[in-house]
Amino acid sequence: MSFPEYEKIFQDKIDQDIRIEPKDWMPDAYRKTLVRQISQHAHSEIVGMLPEANWITRAPSLKRKATLIAKVQDEAGHGLYLYSAAETLGTGRDEMIAQLHSGKAKYSSIFNYPTLTWADMGAIGWLVDGAAIMNQVPLCRASYGPYARAMVRICKEESFHQRQGFEILLTLSRGSEAQRRMCQDAIDRWWWPSVMMFGPGDDASPNSEQSMRWKIKRFSNDELRQKFIDVCVEQVKLLGMRLPDADLKWNEERQHYDFGPIDWEEFRNVINGNGPCNKERLAARVQAHEDGAWVREAAMAHAKKRAQMQKEDQKAA
Amino acid sequence: MENKNIEDRSGWPLWEIFIRSKQGLDHKHAGSLHAADAAMAIENARDVYTRRMEGISIWVVESKYIHASNPDEADSFYDPANDKVYRHPTFYDLPDELKHM
Repeated sequence: MSFPEYEKIFQDKIDQDIRIEPKDWMPDAYRKTLVRQISQHAHSEIVGMLPEANWITRAPSLKRKATLIAKVQDEAGHGLYLYSAAETLGTGRDEMIAQLHSGKAKYSSIFNYPTLTWADMGAIGWLVDGAAIMNQVPLCRASYGPYARAMVRICKEESFHQRQGFEILLTLSRGSEAQRRMCQDAIDRWWWPSVMMFGPGDDASPNSEQSMRWKIKRFSNDELRQKFIDVCVEQVKLLGMRLPDADLKWNEERQHYDFGPIDWEEFRNVINGNGPCNKERLAARVQAHEDGAWVREAAMAHAKKRAQMQKEDQKAA
Repeated sequence: MENKNIEDRSGWPLWEIFIRSKQGLDHKHAGSLHAADAAMAIENARDVYTRRMEGISIWVVESKYIHASNPDEADSFYDPANDKVYRHPTFYDLPDELKHM
């Protein structure tokens, strides 16, 4: 078969919503796009543990501490599901991790913001995980089988993350004046970075169209962003708090909320490494990896030795 | 299964993980992970794939030992079953009055 024939069969499958599996023929660009997107997503889960780990020892109760540990464990798990999905495309986990550490691969820039108070754990759960879920639910139908299956698992587990976050804020919102202020302050700081999590506007997102044609993406950045904003405007009322956007207003004609301009300058700055915590986050990752090197080597040496002993036992028997 | 034979730089091989979700059901492919040996693969699989009681039994097998049919030859490979509709019960045209069959 010639290349155009392969490509036609491939696109036909996509058009009929037949999933692509690892050993199926696929265009190089499709493979590359997937590796980039899935590994970036995996890195985000792994780096995403850092801002929260900061609060495990400072959680206000045993219940909150246990919850936070479980959430951080989930994130490690999500990272592993995703690395595993990306590896089916022929790129090793080591290579992906090396790309993260060298700065070649990106992770979600939301994790380059600091977690200053306990309320930030609530705001991250509600807004950051909320935005992530909005992005991830359509990915459960992505055209690449292993990715879609990983996303199904992840979405099931993320729901707890968002709910525990909202509960933290709800508790604070019913607390003392100082706690209410802390709650509002966290929302103020996390709102815009969360809105930016959906990526550049559709007119500035050149790869989106191809990703939609390949059914890796099902909705555009702006569609998902709008959906997120519409949902949050209603949810924030239950907290008795406000979102830090004076332009938020129901638009009867569009049947959506209008919102104020997004500071894309800040977005680009943080992506390009100049956010408040970029250096700290990456340094923490690299250090954890390097500090763990001897453990990985020792485990391998132990496994090899044991296999060798087993072989000798078998010979002797 | 779905993977090429990928080894970590530290030498940890890749393992495919199969999980039985409850007694009476088959083990089902859940995904893969890296581990130094089988015992570690089982423990890691517990932590990665059964944090919410999704399993009561885990199988692990090193990915390099899995052989798979070739998707490019799927048409000819599964061709023998294509024209044998008579293997299905619905192929047989029987009167509606016939009960319990």
